[in-house]
Amino acid sequence: MSFHPSPDLSVWIAAFITLCIFSFLYKDNPFYKFAEHLFVGVSAGYYTILNFWTVLVPNLGEPLVASFKGHGVSAAKHGMWAASLGDYRGYLLIPALLGLLLFTRLVGRIGWLSRWPLALVIGAYAGLKTTGFAQGDLVAQIEASLQPLWTANPVTTINAIIFTVGLLTSLLFFFYSREPKGAFGVVSRIGMAFLMVSFGAGYGYTVMSRVSLLIGRFQFLVVDWLGLR
Amino acid sequence: MTPLQNLGRIDRRWLFLGMGILVLIPLLFPLHLPITPTATSIAFHRAIANVPDGSTVLMSCDYDPGTIPEMVPMTRTALRQLWEKHCKVVITVLWPGGPGLVDRVVAEVAAEYPDKKYGVDWVNLGYKPGNEAVMVLMGQGILTAFPYDYRGNATRSLPIMQRARDYADFPLLVSISAGYPGTKEWVQQVQARFHLPMVAGVTAVSVPEFYPYVQSGQLIGMLSGMAGAAEYEVLRKESGEASRGMDAQSLAHVFVALCIVLGNVVQRDVRRGDGS
Repeated sequence: MSFHPSPDLSVWIAAFITLCIFSFLYKDNPFYKFAEHLFVGVSAGYYTILNFWTVLVPNLGEPLVASFKGHGVSAAKHGMWAASLGDYRGYLLIPALLGLLLFTRLVGRIGWLSRWPLALVIGAYAGLKTTGFAQGDLVAQIEASLQPLWTANPVTTINAIIFTVGLLTSLLFFFYSREPKGAFGVVSRIGMAFLMVSFGAGYGYTVMSRVSLLIGRFQFLVVDWLGLR
Repeated sequence: MTPLQNLGRIDRRWLFLGMGILVLIPLLFPLHLPITPTATSIAFHRAIANVPDGSTVLMSCDYDPGTIPEMVPMTRTALRQLWEKHCKVVITVLWPGGPGLVDRVVAEVAAEYPDKKYGVDWVNLGYKPGNEAVMVLMGQGILTAFPYDYRGNATRSLPIMQRARDYADFPLLVSISAGYPGTKEWVQQVQARFHLPMVAGVTAVSVPEFYPYVQSGQLIGMLSGMAGAAEYEVLRKESGEASRGMDAQSLAHVFVALCIVLGNVVQRDVRRGDGS
């Protein structure tokens, strides 16, 4: 195994910050505090600037400037109000105004004006989410839950029976209008067992995800920083 | 106090140290534990293999630097498989912290294929705010939703976009997603509405949420976290970061399982002691 440390200063800085964060595993200390505060500050600044240049400027600033000059995405059309789908031109003043209204929350007397753009956002997203959920989850999942219990393939049959028993008993576990006693109690406990299995699987996958992040950092330290090969 | 009860009072920093050593050692001295592809990973690989050669594929990379170890290996391998089939790749990013990272990853893979040209064989449309609204807007026209790409080019001027007008032009959507907005929203807003066949690579923590979509056929294939990425690399006969990390992953899981078993044994002993 040979040692080839990175000549890149940015890699050394990243490695130092990583070690500062890892030091919290021993106990809280000034190095960890330094890295934590640095992260919060840099993230706030980064996302502010990123949103300015990737959201406000290309989606509002530049199209508005172009529209005031009488053109937009489609060069064949002229005029500030010659809008079409994807080429909104002067009409972008409306979302610009709505966006500015959000800041009226900072001004006590007219703070209520911020509710208008919020209402628009909530209304639009409620509609999108509802239709998306109905099409993508509700209908499709109910359809997929209706499985033939007897098939030519015994493995498929067993899977379908386990699936159906799990589905029904888990649903009945959440039926709170009746005390889980007797036969209903047994069914309810079977449903709980299925739920416990799913929670266990969820926990296992969570461990895998978190360990993956740790492995990623260690790979950075071992390969990118120290260059151990 | 019994030895078992003493074990229950162990300083948790010893556990952190144990975990650190178990993760570090396999990275320095690989164990080459076997990696067996699961059905969902095989289906993911097969779905891309079945895409007609030379077609244009939509790939949404919805992640940021926080999930690099899981998401980037999947992105790299999927790009290699697509480009070896001479497919064109239209990339979108719906996470604000993602476009720069994704652009760098794609450029690294593109460097392995000198004949692949930006704007002809691939394009990074960059970030667009709006989450689900962007997905729906893309259904009315990709150029409408993304008049400019990440590099500031007018998308109308790019050759690749002449054959990528809306969802009907794509035989497959590859969603590499670390959360919201991501695979769930692509299924709800695009797969369900526009019936676009779809595969996904997701973080392990979110896998249980997506298995119903696999079972219902809404997702043709799925890569589950780093393990899924490693299985995909094995299927492609590549040796990437995910495969190299799986030894550490396996040892860490064994360690966590042992801790859980031992913790339960200790707690049982403690309760017995309290009872007596």
